[in-house]
Amino acid sequence: MRDDRGRFRTLSGIPVKHVYSWEDREGVDEMETVSEPGRFPYTRSIHETLYRKRLWTMRQFAGFGTPADTNERFRYLLDNGQTGLSTAFDMPTLMGHDSDDPLSLGEVGREGVAIDTIDDMETLFRDIPLDKVSTSMTINGPAIMVLAMYVVAAERQGVPPSKLRGTLQNDILKEYIAQKEWIYPPVPSMRIITDMLTYCTKEMPLWNTISISGYHIREAGSTAVQELAFTLADGFAYVEAGIAAGLDVDDFAPRLSFFWNAHNDFFEEIAKYRAARRIWAKRMKNRYGAKKERSWMVRFHTQTAGCSLTAQQVENNIARVAYQALAAVLGGTQSLHTNSMDEALALPTEKAVRIALRTQQILAHETGVINTVDPLGGSWFVEELTDRMEEEAERYFAEIDERGGVIAGIEQGYFQREIADAAFRYQREVETEERIVVGVNRFVDHDEKEETTPLLEIAPEVEKDQVERLERFRASRNAALVKKALADVCAAAASDTNLMPVVLQAVRHGATLGEMVGVIREQFGVYREPAVF
Amino acid sequence: MDRPIRVLVGKVGLDGHDRGVKVVASALRDAGMEVIYTGLHQTPENVVRAAVEEDVEVVAISILSGAHMTLFPRLLELLRENGRDDILLCGGGIIPEKDRLALEKIGVGALFGPGTDTTEIVSYLEEEVKKRRAR
Repeated sequence: MRDDRGRFRTLSGIPVKHVYSWEDREGVDEMETVSEPGRFPYTRSIHETLYRKRLWTMRQFAGFGTPADTNERFRYLLDNGQTGLSTAFDMPTLMGHDSDDPLSLGEVGREGVAIDTIDDMETLFRDIPLDKVSTSMTINGPAIMVLAMYVVAAERQGVPPSKLRGTLQNDILKEYIAQKEWIYPPVPSMRIITDMLTYCTKEMPLWNTISISGYHIREAGSTAVQELAFTLADGFAYVEAGIAAGLDVDDFAPRLSFFWNAHNDFFEEIAKYRAARRIWAKRMKNRYGAKKERSWMVRFHTQTAGCSLTAQQVENNIARVAYQALAAVLGGTQSLHTNSMDEALALPTEKAVRIALRTQQILAHETGVINTVDPLGGSWFVEELTDRMEEEAERYFAEIDERGGVIAGIEQGYFQREIADAAFRYQREVETEERIVVGVNRFVDHDEKEETTPLLEIAPEVEKDQVERLERFRASRNAALVKKALADVCAAAASDTNLMPVVLQAVRHGATLGEMVGVIREQFGVYREPAVF
Repeated sequence: MDRPIRVLVGKVGLDGHDRGVKVVASALRDAGMEVIYTGLHQTPENVVRAAVEEDVEVVAISILSGAHMTLFPRLLELLRENGRDDILLCGGGIIPEKDRLALEKIGVGALFGPGTDTTEIVSYLEEEVKKRRAR
């Protein structure tokens, strides 16, 4: 029975028994560990009535080409019943380079939208009222510049920062650990984050300042347990940094949110979300002394697992995404992105995105899963698996503490090696057929032709157009004001003056993303990863 | 193989997706090859310089940023300029079939997509290098 070996443990390797019963839960105080929806430690849900009161936000991540191209896709999604926006930036923007930087050559607008200037940001949200729509922005290295551009774009629509709702990813620690789009070294990067926490706590009460992300850790190859543990450890590091910067934990913790992956192992994923809520609540209350209930709550966005999509038999991905989305909803997510079937080949077409969005709508309106909160609560198996996930995560926290914390672990290459090892182990299991991947190592269609799938193509003119627009923008500015504003940013970086007000001022005067990143780089230097495999 | 194959495995451009490149690097090493990994965010110039200095027989590049139609031709051009077009340039990532065929036509070796078995990559490199050594 060689094929069965992989089946009776979770994707993280936790062994699973053939049946669970009340005997597995003997001696457990269910009122304390499981509790009730809306009650500490929120194992079951952070809300008492959850989706009966309000459905999750259907938020498809989108971005490609020029700001005008993405603006069109945003309006298409809103017209089709999407309820929030989520912006994907291109590689140069993520790395803090302008579109005309030599390092950007060939990458402009390819994997997301190119944003260089306040003009681009205004175009991106043209005809979208920023006081009505909540917006998520996946940006980390240059997060402070992008947030400032968003605030100024809203200002020009007549919307004050206090009314803006949305989320900035702004989770630099997971960049070093997994996603690898960094600019500065970890320590000064954490300072930028505490500057933003300080600003947002005062000026943007409805804004989620950091979306502490396990998604990318998982995509890089980690197990569910590692995703859970490393992400929460990052979260604790931000809380400690905020407290060390002199903030009251209850002033900023309620605006921290999370972002999880939804992978294939159905029950393990559900157990992961439940364990995350419980671990966070207990730590926030007991270790960090948070008193507000909102500081204890894990609010989270979920995206189905991009790395689980196959390039083979792409329509099969529709089924994968539907199961993953169901796990996220049974796990109590506040917001969800469902991947499109064609994403192992290219950025998604409109049709593929529509099917992905409809998958969520079918889940919400046809299946009845929204009627009851945490319907799996009390399942002997799910409760047991939730406890196991918590135990395994605690083991990782102890290891991270022993290594001197998250930044020390990054510098030692610890997380990177753990994840690479897990990814390699998984690949081996697939190749030896201990793990079955339908259409890849089983049920293969040998006559399949890739060109039958229509793909989204990014026109080569996008780069040229964007660079020309940037040149015109630069020529239209008051050069003396830009120079002065950039000098102020540089000076703030060299001192302990909060960066946010000077970056806002630089954006108003037309400083580009790359220029602002550049002057701070002079002070902070660049990060280089020790290349290990 | 009388002596191990020397491979430079690299990431070019801005994309930070390094799961695939690390899995492949480990698989090649386990198959007995000498593997040098460039690390992330390299320019084509850096990669070719390292390939020449390390005197490799294969340069294997991973790209998931969509910049493959710019970066692969540039790498080929630099290898030629350095008189090292004997080095096999191949790779993998998210590369649509149309682009893959166009790149193969200008002299890029095999480009492997998602779902590829690493043993397939190992046997491809062994065969190609054997042919090249016999020339």
